[in-house]
Amino acid sequence: MKARLAALISGILFGLGLTVSQMVNPKKVLGFLDVAGQWDPSLLLVMGGGVLVTVLSFPWIQRRGRPLWAERFSLPTRSDIDRNLLLGAALFGIGWAIAGYCPGPAIAALLINPAEAVPFVLAMLLGAWLQPRWLGR
Amino acid sequence: MTTFTPISALIGGLMIGGSAALLLLGSGRIAGISGIAFGLLPASNGERGWRLMFLGGLLLGTLLAWQLPTLTFAPRQGFPLWALLVAGFLVGTGTRLGNGCTSGHGICGLGRRSPRSLAATLTFVLVAMVTFFLLRHVLGVLS
Repeated sequence: MKARLAALISGILFGLGLTVSQMVNPKKVLGFLDVAGQWDPSLLLVMGGGVLVTVLSFPWIQRRGRPLWAERFSLPTRSDIDRNLLLGAALFGIGWAIAGYCPGPAIAALLINPAEAVPFVLAMLLGAWLQPRWLGR
Repeated sequence: MTTFTPISALIGGLMIGGSAALLLLGSGRIAGISGIAFGLLPASNGERGWRLMFLGGLLLGTLLAWQLPTLTFAPRQGFPLWALLVAGFLVGTGTRLGNGCTSGHGICGLGRRSPRSLAATLTFVLVAMVTFFLLRHVLGVLS
């Protein structure tokens, strides 16, 4: 129960952060990708601010041995860099540059710009659902 | 065109990092949006409760912030539907194949000092910048 409450509050904070940083605005994201035009480096500071918190807090949290309200940490264990990782990241990069949405902002935009976010998120879920059926086996 | 907004970007970034820290501390989970969302797809055997709570919170937090007039913006209009569908499909395919997106690899993975996440983040940022250049500056589409 408390683990779910933590998830709810974490989600709220994430949504507030995406909106405050304007990352829910795809034009802002595309401005960051436009290094040869009128570059808007804002996304770099969003990423920097986020990583600053995680890089300082994650080791401290993990040193506790277990989370506050769950049995154990559910963390990725792999450390190898394989073809699927790089191919997946590259396909994601192409899609990101076409519309200016990555998964978080696309879901956040469902209520504020549904005309764009609803078709995007449906196509995203379809792509994710189909992926193990045809690619990366 | 948008302008550089360093203060709000940094504050928003710190909030996103705080969100990831809270989720790890409280629930032991990684705040990677693609992983959280795709765990709800049919045939996924991940626990659903916390995922729904997180995504519900994400929508709620966005809506709350949206009540402040200084944080709102005019939603983009006239962007072609086909481009949204192609982009969404590629983002869904790529983030599932690559096990993560901007939040999972970018914010959380770099915080864990994961070499996989560093490789993924550098790849998707560089590929996105090159794709943007080819689409908007070479082909002159979608601008």
